[in-house]
Amino acid sequence: MTGVDALLLALGALAVGSAVLVVTTRHLVRAGLYLVVCLGAVAGMYLVLTAELVAWVQVLIYVGAVVVLLLFAVMLTRAPVGASDDLDRPGWPAALIGGGVGLGLAALLVDAYRWTTVELPEAGSAERIGAQVFGSWVLPFEVLSVLLLSALVGAIVLSRPDIGSAGADRSAGDGPATEDRERSR
Amino acid sequence: MPLWLELVIRIGGVLAAFLILPLLVGQAEHKVMAHMQGRLGPMYAGGFHGWAQLIADGVKFVQKEDLTPRAADRPVFRLAPAVALVPYLLALLVIPLGPNDLVGQPLDIGLFFVLAVVGVGVLAVLMSAWASANKYSLLGGVRGAAQLLGYELPLVLAAASVAMAAGTLSLSGIVEAWQPWWLIWQAPAMVVFFLAGLAEIRRPPFDMPVADSELVFGYLTEYSGLRFAFLLLAEYVGIVVIAALTTVLFLGGWQGPFADAQLGWLWTLLKVAAVSFVIIWLRVSYPRLREDQLQRLCWLVLVPAALAQLVLTAAVRLAL
Repeated sequence: MTGVDALLLALGALAVGSAVLVVTTRHLVRAGLYLVVCLGAVAGMYLVLTAELVAWVQVLIYVGAVVVLLLFAVMLTRAPVGASDDLDRPGWPAALIGGGVGLGLAALLVDAYRWTTVELPEAGSAERIGAQVFGSWVLPFEVLSVLLLSALVGAIVLSRPDIGSAGADRSAGDGPATEDRERSR
Repeated sequence: MPLWLELVIRIGGVLAAFLILPLLVGQAEHKVMAHMQGRLGPMYAGGFHGWAQLIADGVKFVQKEDLTPRAADRPVFRLAPAVALVPYLLALLVIPLGPNDLVGQPLDIGLFFVLAVVGVGVLAVLMSAWASANKYSLLGGVRGAAQLLGYELPLVLAAASVAMAAGTLSLSGIVEAWQPWWLIWQAPAMVVFFLAGLAEIRRPPFDMPVADSELVFGYLTEYSGLRFAFLLLAEYVGIVVIAALTTVLFLGGWQGPFADAQLGWLWTLLKVAAVSFVIIWLRVSYPRLREDQLQRLCWLVLVPAALAQLVLTAAVRLAL
């Protein structure tokens, strides 16, 4: 086992451990913070696998924006600072589904690859990813951008009662709330 | 030179910059504010020009009791200052000081790296705001998060414009590609980047999250002693990082009037100092923006301006 393998295993253990904490902790905000650790560990695994750009995209989008939005939304609720004892979490079905999917995927991958070793492609530099995305993968890329754009427009329409159904609820608000605009990102 | 020695020198250099430059900015802020606003206090300690004021401040912070409120979420509360500091330390690692790899760690996607790690800083705001168990802190934190998330968009778009112009994401590569006429071509992006950067480090006039007249001190209210000092230090490192990024992206980094190869580091430092001075200057001369004005400026002025600049950059790149 090389140093890289050990690092990868450690990061994987960190990711799984913090992911378990996300769903078992009774502190709502801490669950979000454990999610940061989990996604950060996944970014670390990308780094170890030399996919530098993907790793920092993970940090920028997931740690810097998605989890922050999640925490932001939790903080607008009545979630207490301490533990919430009245959380309604059916544990067994979740454990069954989560564990089943995890084990199933692991078994599938182990069975598919056995001990074949795969040569890592050259480092995932921005240049190479750019050439791939705008070369052979340009159609999925454009389709995704249309999807994101429609989500954006939908978020704006939902958050603004003064557009859409004409005249209805015109007094409901004089503009979109800040967090709605945030969400539309 | 053996690898470990080079590594030690590089990391030592970055650490030295991390520890010294923010203090210089802090000292400059004392003096500049004292002169601009006729403040007598900062001019008194130590005799000549109040040189000892910053040291006195440091001693005061160390002596103060490090309080944690009883209702606070202790581990999160205590961790927040570290989360605030580390992203800026990492950002300093890749900002080039001069040509020929005079940088902590040359990175192909340096610009992307900097934007990604600086974006993590918002977590510290949310952590400190939530864990304080104080409504003023929470209000400040929610304001701060809304501000940081909003202003990240024009920040990234403006940086994307200059990356597009240079055709690289490497910070050294951008400085190498930079030419004086970019000062005009990329001027809107520079203004957008600088303003969004100011908002990212919550400096006045964008200090609504810590507005002392309404929120006590926002998400910093419950902090005291060394942890408070660390959060303040994060603000000053933030000034250095934003000034350095503005310098590297828009002001030509180490390119100066002469002797770029030998004196490159000096030109960079001079430009960083000049931009930092402007940041301090804005603090003493502009009133705080109201929350709605702040969001309006971001979404209705800076984002469209950054998008227009992207179109302009693309057009010029295609034409050339």
